[in-house]
Amino acid sequence: MALINYATKEINVKIVYYGPGLGGKTTCLRWIYGKLDQSSKGKMITLATEMDRTLFFDFLPVDLGSVRGFQTRFHLYTVPGQVFYNASRRIILRGADGIIFVADSQRERRDDNVDSLENLKENLATFNLKLHDTPYVMQYNKRDLPNLMTVAEMEGFLNAEMVPYFESVATQGIGVFEALKEIAKMVIRKF
Amino acid sequence: MLIDRIKLFESGFQAIKENIEKLLQQSDAKAVMLVDRDGNLITNAGETEKIDLESFATLSAADFAATSQLAEIIGESQFRTLYHQGERDHLYFQSIARNIIIAVIFDQRTTLGLVRVRVKHAAETLSKILEDIFGRQEEAAAEEEARIEDISKDIEDELDRLFG
Repeated sequence: MALINYATKEINVKIVYYGPGLGGKTTCLRWIYGKLDQSSKGKMITLATEMDRTLFFDFLPVDLGSVRGFQTRFHLYTVPGQVFYNASRRIILRGADGIIFVADSQRERRDDNVDSLENLKENLATFNLKLHDTPYVMQYNKRDLPNLMTVAEMEGFLNAEMVPYFESVATQGIGVFEALKEIAKMVIRKF
Repeated sequence: MLIDRIKLFESGFQAIKENIEKLLQQSDAKAVMLVDRDGNLITNAGETEKIDLESFATLSAADFAATSQLAEIIGESQFRTLYHQGERDHLYFQSIARNIIIAVIFDQRTTLGLVRVRVKHAAETLSKILEDIFGRQEEAAAEEEARIEDISKDIEDELDRLFG
């Protein structure tokens, strides 16, 4: 949950990358980490398995600097996408101010995307929250690969709420900042 | 989510800070941190210059969250304290009111027993302060809404600058 400290003039906001395993969530964070100036980012923490699959979460603090005297930070987290890590996913989701749902655009991953979105709704429900009350955006990743679903198809089965969507190629950074900027603005506008 | 956001104001924050500093002195610890369960650092005292505080806060919250799940598995609602023993430095965590965590880093200058007793005492005082702060969140919210609205536009401009 956002922390607003008027005494020390600090604002912390939590953004969570959610989506099916191997969808590109960690790649998004790594790309952001690689692109930002040293002064705008903290240390990236990755709790991964030996096979480099996210075990618990990845974490990257992004420092927006001082905005009217308020030190403003966005804490970016990824959840582990693999189905059996739901306990970890639920822990990280808790207190999220905004969510980026990273869907895999490859046709064979259609059901994995749908299952992950359902899982997101179920996990939010355990905190008495509904997805449509939460700021979120869709990021359709891996648009450079063959055998893709069309954006219209993906919108059809994933984006019933018609939230903003972004086509992305996380390995090249395409669409990554755009999605992050949009969700950050949506969260801030809710303040 | 947003409706649950923590807002800290001068008086409440000062009371928290004073008690954290008092705990540091009375326990002879190296450092004391106050962290929320989402990994936000609320305040700190002591020798923290060499510590990456942001990472520390995030991992402390994650540590607590993971062990809470372990607690549930064995039929406990949660573990209120955690202790990690190192070769030189040790960590002691205590969960207090409103899902806030006191984290103490200590070494041979003190003992686990003393840290435990001092933390327990501080937890009672800090819990009361936090309950009071949270109790007043709604009242304060309306009054402060305008101040945050004011800076939302500026934050958006900064986002444009940072992310192009």
